[in-house]
Amino acid sequence: MTIKVLFFAAFKEQLNCEQLELDAANVNTIAEIQELLSTRGEAWQKVFATTSILSAVNHTMVDSDYAVKSGDEVAFFPPVTGG
Amino acid sequence: MAQTTNHTSIKVQIEDFDFSKEVDYLEENNSTDGAVVTFIGRVRDNNEGLKVENLFLEHYSGMTEKCLADIVLKAREQWQIGNVSVIHRYGQLNIGDKIVFVGVTSKHRKDAFSAAEFIMDYLKVSAPFWKKEQTEQGERWLDAKNNDQLEADKW
Repeated sequence: MTIKVLFFAAFKEQLNCEQLELDAANVNTIAEIQELLSTRGEAWQKVFATTSILSAVNHTMVDSDYAVKSGDEVAFFPPVTGG
Repeated sequence: MAQTTNHTSIKVQIEDFDFSKEVDYLEENNSTDGAVVTFIGRVRDNNEGLKVENLFLEHYSGMTEKCLADIVLKAREQWQIGNVSVIHRYGQLNIGDKIVFVGVTSKHRKDAFSAAEFIMDYLKVSAPFWKKEQTEQGERWLDAKNNDQLEADKW
């Protein structure tokens, strides 16, 4: 039972990672995903220390205390710059 | 017989679009709306003091379409508008290329103007697109502008 995690734009490049999967049993919230992934190394720590970082679950913006569950698609990205 | 339509078209695509075809779409089978407001955003050749050579646009497929549709729904709650078309391109774009199109019809011009501006302002701060510029000094991901958030907050 997994959670899919996606990265976009500058984060994707800094981490050299577009997507990964986590065991849903290990994480309960967005903040816990950030905490867990921050232990992967310096680049990861830096990305998750970005104060402007945004998160979405299943295509909807959420806060860091949002509860995640198996099958969710979580995304982390910098502030948007379209238009 | 007078016909009222309130179709929404959302397109997120690599390829360019034809302005006159988009206006035709907005006006098709729509004899009740006298106002048609359109906006086109294009790639500028300069930004924050540097010459821009080209632009790369990334987006979050799936979330982008949902986000744009939600913005149009919010506009429909606030103004009496008929047909709405939003197109946003992604991928590699050159100077002068069209990036975004917003078109709104309405019986009244004020609703069409306001809704089109609202859609653009919200798109700027909430649709998951990111621009990377190739400048004379190398490439850089753009930072979000505080002013864009202020423009969206005014609604």
